[in-house]
Amino acid sequence: MVEVEERLGERLLGGGRVTTAREEILRRIRRATHDVPKDEHPGDVSVERGYRNRDDAPREEIVARFAERVAEYEATVHRVSEDKLPRAIAEACERRGIKQLVIPPGLPEGWVPDGIELLRDGASMRLSNEELDWSDGVLTGCALGISQTGTIVLTVGEAQGRRALTLLPDYHLCVVREEQVVGLVPEAFAQLEEALKGERRAITFISGPSATSDIELNRVEGVHGPRTLEVLIAG
Amino acid sequence: MIPDGEKGSTLRVALFITCFNDTLFPETGRATVEVLERLGVRVDFPLEQTCCGQMHFNTGYQREAIPLVRRFVNVFKDYDAVVAPSGSCAGMVRELYPMAAELAHDKRLGADVEELAPKVFELSEFLVKKLGVTDVGAYYPHRVTYHPTCHSLRMLKVGDAPLKLLRAVNGMDLVELPEAKECCGFGGTFAVKNADTSIAMLSDKLRHVLDTEAEVCTAGDNSCLMHIGGGLKRQRAGVRAVHLAEILASEATEERE
Amino acid sequence: MEIKAPDAFSGGRTPSFEESARESLADTQLRRNLGKATQTIRRKRAVAVEEMPDWEQLREAGRALKERTLRHLDEYLLQLEESVKRAGGRVHWARDAEEANGIIAGIAKSHKAREVVKVKSIATDETKLNEHLEGEGIEAFETDLAELIIQLAGETSSHILVPAIHKNRSEIRELFMRKLGARGLSDDPPDLANVARLYLREKFLGAKVGISGANFAVAETGTVCVVESEGNGRMCTTLPPVLVTLMGIEKVIPTWRDYEVFMQLLPRSSTAERMNPYTSFWTGVSEGDGPQEFHLVLMDNGRTEVLADEIGRQTLNCIRCSACLNVCPVYERTGGHAYNSVYPGPIGAILTPQLVGIGRPGSDSLPYASSLCGACYEVCPVKINIPEVLIHLRGKVVRHKQDEGSIKGKLDPENVAMKAMAKTFSDRRLYEGAQRAARIGQWPLARGGTIHRLPGRLAGWTEARELKPVPEQTFREWWRSRNGSAKDSSGAGA
Repeated sequence: MVEVEERLGERLLGGGRVTTAREEILRRIRRATHDVPKDEHPGDVSVERGYRNRDDAPREEIVARFAERVAEYEATVHRVSEDKLPRAIAEACERRGIKQLVIPPGLPEGWVPDGIELLRDGASMRLSNEELDWSDGVLTGCALGISQTGTIVLTVGEAQGRRALTLLPDYHLCVVREEQVVGLVPEAFAQLEEALKGERRAITFISGPSATSDIELNRVEGVHGPRTLEVLIAG
Repeated sequence: MIPDGEKGSTLRVALFITCFNDTLFPETGRATVEVLERLGVRVDFPLEQTCCGQMHFNTGYQREAIPLVRRFVNVFKDYDAVVAPSGSCAGMVRELYPMAAELAHDKRLGADVEELAPKVFELSEFLVKKLGVTDVGAYYPHRVTYHPTCHSLRMLKVGDAPLKLLRAVNGMDLVELPEAKECCGFGGTFAVKNADTSIAMLSDKLRHVLDTEAEVCTAGDNSCLMHIGGGLKRQRAGVRAVHLAEILASEATEERE
Repeated sequence: MEIKAPDAFSGGRTPSFEESARESLADTQLRRNLGKATQTIRRKRAVAVEEMPDWEQLREAGRALKERTLRHLDEYLLQLEESVKRAGGRVHWARDAEEANGIIAGIAKSHKAREVVKVKSIATDETKLNEHLEGEGIEAFETDLAELIIQLAGETSSHILVPAIHKNRSEIRELFMRKLGARGLSDDPPDLANVARLYLREKFLGAKVGISGANFAVAETGTVCVVESEGNGRMCTTLPPVLVTLMGIEKVIPTWRDYEVFMQLLPRSSTAERMNPYTSFWTGVSEGDGPQEFHLVLMDNGRTEVLADEIGRQTLNCIRCSACLNVCPVYERTGGHAYNSVYPGPIGAILTPQLVGIGRPGSDSLPYASSLCGACYEVCPVKINIPEVLIHLRGKVVRHKQDEGSIKGKLDPENVAMKAMAKTFSDRRLYEGAQRAARIGQWPLARGGTIHRLPGRLAGWTEARELKPVPEQTFREWWRSRNGSAKDSSGAGA
């Protein structure tokens, strides 16, 4: 494979010298940017970061705004106290007629409602894509929530599972704990930096259910991802 | 005639009429002089001025525009302020002359342009921002709607200066133009090169003008007004296009004549 | 697959913007669809931006980050390559479309894939990847709803964000019934979307290779990002065991934290949302999750030519949000097809001629497809001064024609007229003489105080507009008569 790639990238220059695409593109770039002083470092090009970095609003306001903005994406949102969480999960499943739930590794056992068939995904027992596709729904936690945009962030971490788990089932029930909600977008990226640089896990931003406006700009919820997103904010 | 010591009278102010107004709309030039003199501004009209080169430059004939840029700079560089009854020509000098100087690889021209460009004003911004005047003592008993031309609005950023002036005109019924900030479709040689698209844009602008039931559509640029007015006239719409300067120059006595 | 109309990237001659626009302007249904759509998005965007007190600071940061990147593009690409490799991915470099297509087809073939699933990528539209794969016996399935619609219809995109903006629901219903065998289908958008869901689910689950574009890729970490709405992007970048991402070399950004700027600018500018439904970020391959083989193809295909032009360079700031299309009064009336390029609208009018090179009649007409109203610059989230670049490119087009040295170029009526006028304006006496000549010369045209019809190339003006004749007295004649020769100021310097 590697050999094929390299032969593809080779071209004969005048005089018979072989050059790779990589060399040539880099040379083109250097020629194109000859106006840039040789001793200029990237950091010398100043970037004024005058935008907001922190939301100083009271916590309750930040969480309330998160709830409000998630709901504006046509997701169902409930705020529940931590101890009522199992009950709220059971009620949500009942409302939707959910009979079986996909469960990621690390999900608190206390969240799992009674009387529901559990499809547990794990390193040793991976559910197939077909099983995920045919399941009724998935229950997860999350890495954090962003109040400013009503976004849920998943990082393939504890209680979140691998990416396919929250993609193939048609229903996604997501628990966000109040302390996981940050104010502004830059706060989220700052927090995610660690998760990313440590284990290089994939990160998914979810803002409402899958949607399209491709037909006459009419918003339709649910094309390829879960058509229903339900969020429980626990605190 | 010009009361000494009044605001603006100490400035050496040149009128940059623009070739377009000079040839096709002399009444706008006369009105500009009248308004400025009424406010005590001593106006000079350097007769060596011809064209700022905007049409050449914007159409791509930039090598041909450079001598015109030089000429303009030589004619006007020693004035304290240069006033033009045209947003797009003032915009050419202020915003695009630096690019022209760059293209000419002429550092001296670049330096001259840098000095001259900030002294060039479109009429309404000169009156409101430079002189601090909004009431020029005009009387114009008509229903009027204002079209903010793109270059005044987005290039020169004259903001609401023209509207401030119009609101202070006596006897006038100023009505808001729907979708006012939309381009009328003139765009210089665009109106000829892409005539079909230009006309499509114009027809929407005309519809909005007619919706206001105004008698007069005004703007700070005769080029856009020639396009809008030409369309209105072709439709026999009964609405006329009048340059802002002419409204500001109108006085109660004239109206009774 | 049906044959698509040629565009600027498919080689060969394309019609000029004027010619194509004339056709589009005559299509009243298209005009209505576009007018409604662009006005809706425009209003929504204004609301989404209004909400941000620090929008201008974000725009400035976005512009500056792009400037930093472009000035040091070689360093950032090498850093990106290193980061992706460290994370278990492979990196390929492609000088042009042909090379990029060859690399991608090679990867698909090495996995014996007969079918690949694709998430909307304009870069692959630019390289005509689907046609290339078809020639290699590989079928590419577009999975974005709009892309699927136009792929099934054998058409091309007419908008960066909403490629099928020109099609209405009944046309889509008919298309799905004919091409996908859907029966008893209504023209209700949710029903239509459901057909696509069912049809494509099977493809997603079966595909061995997924192909995507990239919105951004971080040099520091190697993290690639796809911003989308439907979930097809997540499907393509998660389910197939092999993922190939094609990105233009200008899509690299320096650090992870820089996403905090672009992920605020992009969704509000493009779909007018606070955040788009799904954004996927991945870094190489990760064990037990997603594709276990990842290839990143870094493509030039004319971008270094754009980079070499100091005024044109800012074009590469573009994050493909399409805000400039939605505010453009020209785009609103002609639609995207008139641009004959995968990049329509104001950004296309500057990007296309730069990527394919000046000197091709079709794309040379694009910088003129603008009234220079400046609405595009005002909304651009990365502050590309589109009017400035348009004017700059017009200059290049004219100079190219003039310097080509052909007789045809020299005798071009516009060139002759412009040169003559420039000469006239260069001398006061010639100018004043021309003013008098115009007054006298217009008499065959002026009737009853107006000019109804101009001759030749100027006839476009009088098609819908009267023209005012040259009046009896020029301004300068009035000035001289009023002030007498004493005030005949000759100007300060000349």
